[in-house]
Amino acid sequence: MKGSSSLHAKQSIWKKSLNARTALLYLFPSILLFSVFVFYPMFRTIYLSFFLTDQHGSAALFVGLENYAYLLESQAFRNSIKATVLFVLYTVPAGVILALFLALIANEKLKGIGFFRTIYSSSMGISVAASSVVWLFLFHPSVGMFNRLLTLVHLPEVQWLLDPDWALLSVSISTIWLNTGFSFLILLGGLQNIDGYLYESAKIDGAGYWYQLRRITIPMLSPTLFFIITISLINAFQSFGQIDILTKGGPSQATNLIVYSIYREAFVNYQFGTASAQAVFLFLCILIVTILQFKFGERKVHYQ
Amino acid sequence: MKRVELMNVSKTYDKKTEVISNINVMIEPGEFFVLVGPSGCGKSTMLRMIAGLEEITGGILRIGEKEANHLPPSKRDISMVFQNYALYPHLSVMENIVFGLHVKKIPKLERKTRCKDVAAMLGLSEYLNRKPRELSGGQRQRVALARAIVNEAPICLMDEPLSNLDAKLRAHMRSEIRQIQRRLGITMIYVTHDQVEAMTMGDRIMILHDGKIQQVGKPIDIYNHPANPFVATFIGSPPMNIAEGVMKRLQSEILVGDECEIKIPVEDSRLLQTEQVLVGIRPEHIKVASKETSHENRMVVEAINVEILGNETIFSFKIGSHEWMAKWNGQWHLHIGDQIPIQMDYESLCLFDRKTNERIKSATDIENNILDKEVFL
Repeated sequence: MKGSSSLHAKQSIWKKSLNARTALLYLFPSILLFSVFVFYPMFRTIYLSFFLTDQHGSAALFVGLENYAYLLESQAFRNSIKATVLFVLYTVPAGVILALFLALIANEKLKGIGFFRTIYSSSMGISVAASSVVWLFLFHPSVGMFNRLLTLVHLPEVQWLLDPDWALLSVSISTIWLNTGFSFLILLGGLQNIDGYLYESAKIDGAGYWYQLRRITIPMLSPTLFFIITISLINAFQSFGQIDILTKGGPSQATNLIVYSIYREAFVNYQFGTASAQAVFLFLCILIVTILQFKFGERKVHYQ
Repeated sequence: MKRVELMNVSKTYDKKTEVISNINVMIEPGEFFVLVGPSGCGKSTMLRMIAGLEEITGGILRIGEKEANHLPPSKRDISMVFQNYALYPHLSVMENIVFGLHVKKIPKLERKTRCKDVAAMLGLSEYLNRKPRELSGGQRQRVALARAIVNEAPICLMDEPLSNLDAKLRAHMRSEIRQIQRRLGITMIYVTHDQVEAMTMGDRIMILHDGKIQQVGKPIDIYNHPANPFVATFIGSPPMNIAEGVMKRLQSEILVGDECEIKIPVEDSRLLQTEQVLVGIRPEHIKVASKETSHENRMVVEAINVEILGNETIFSFKIGSHEWMAKWNGQWHLHIGDQIPIQMDYESLCLFDRKTNERIKSATDIENNILDKEVFL
């Protein structure tokens, strides 16, 4: 009697967990992929940030929080943080406003508007490396288009990528251009989701374009704008490719953004410990900014 | 309260085919005017042309005494209710209602009192701070209505405003909209595909088909004297029964659907010129044959479907290739396959010319047509 009842209990646990087991089976492929490519590297990074490493990147000596203490005291790292913050401030607002402007004009029902929509979103289809090479030519001090244009209108030439005062701005311009395509496409999609009857109703009430933009378009677009701002922020914090090709962090560390600094620390100086500590620091920064954004930005978002 | 006049109005998108042509109608001040027709007949386009949301490509539109062809929507003294209500989802009910007043820069205090008055009239006072998504379909409909009447525009346009509501609520809102229109005395132009709405709400109705006017008039006149077979089958539920008929002048009878003969009075058969006709009869005019029914008028049909709707019974049968329906008062326990003796009188027939689709004769014997309240003693 006793045996059969415990058998019964065992069976029922096996049966009760049927749904959970099915769910796990479905989740297995993504759990596997995430573990290999996301979770393991992440925990490995955190682990390494507490160690000094040898040349092969394996942990050699446990140092606790010393890597972090070293970073916070380091002048170069503080410079990196400053450059990154400036870079985010240059690229995110300007990029979002530009994309919003392009999306608004491309949302008009005109003949041949499909052509402009394709053009405006085309930068999404170009790789960071390829476009950076193009920008490298545009910024070239003697044969670059920008300096040619400046000499045409008799203005002094600018050392776009070589002048420490200009380099970060130049990199920001190319980044804005690079990100516009994606932001434009998402914002255009958001605009087209807004019910056209709302505008017709506003038209009958006599609302002008700017009034409609302020009281209908922007509030209705706010979930999309919020998404784009979040994504752009994270992207800006993580920019690497254009830095590597355009300036290599120079001149005089003016464009040495955190991700580039991590790369240099790990693969040029072979200091995997401090590089990992920087990576963890960056992760925390992005996390905090995103949390703050959700906390304060989302209040102004109207979900349907 | 303003009149709306359309003179030879037409609309084309590609400059070749007209989606709306030759619309001539005068909508009187304070009138409830209904545009009705099947989907795609151009009724919404016509309303949007009056509103100024679509360009008028031909003819003249007059609102009040002014020509309004090129006036922007906001200068036409109209308000409009859309089919999906077009409420601003991010604004509260109150902000939705006063949106138009805000645009017109009406002082805050007046905005508030007008909003409160309208909300009280429509029973929305408790919901003023809610968002549209927190309201039921009927409440949203009321907000849309409130937004239209708070502007105090002399003309109100409605584009199928009730089609998203369930049947019971629709019947309720029908009478409510009608009452509000009467109380405010506004000119109402109302678009619907539902002939019941058209019949019950309109002072006059216009039936549109393929962008052309089929008939304009009082609902009951259109019901009694449909101008063509389309109107006859569109207005009325169940629709008028229609079948091809051949006039036999020598025998003075009409052969309907090759099997059923109906006698014509001799004097009429002389007047009827056309031979190829369409014969129509309303379902309620098909009677059960009694013992007194003369042999010629009596015919026996086989029921192929029976519906008992409480106090009335509808059954269908075949005439030639057409399925006809008859509507009788009371509960008739008929079964499918039953042989049912019926009679159809010449007086209740509608005849149309088969070529021109014009009416030759309408039903003269309309029962229960009570004139001038003679029953109320």
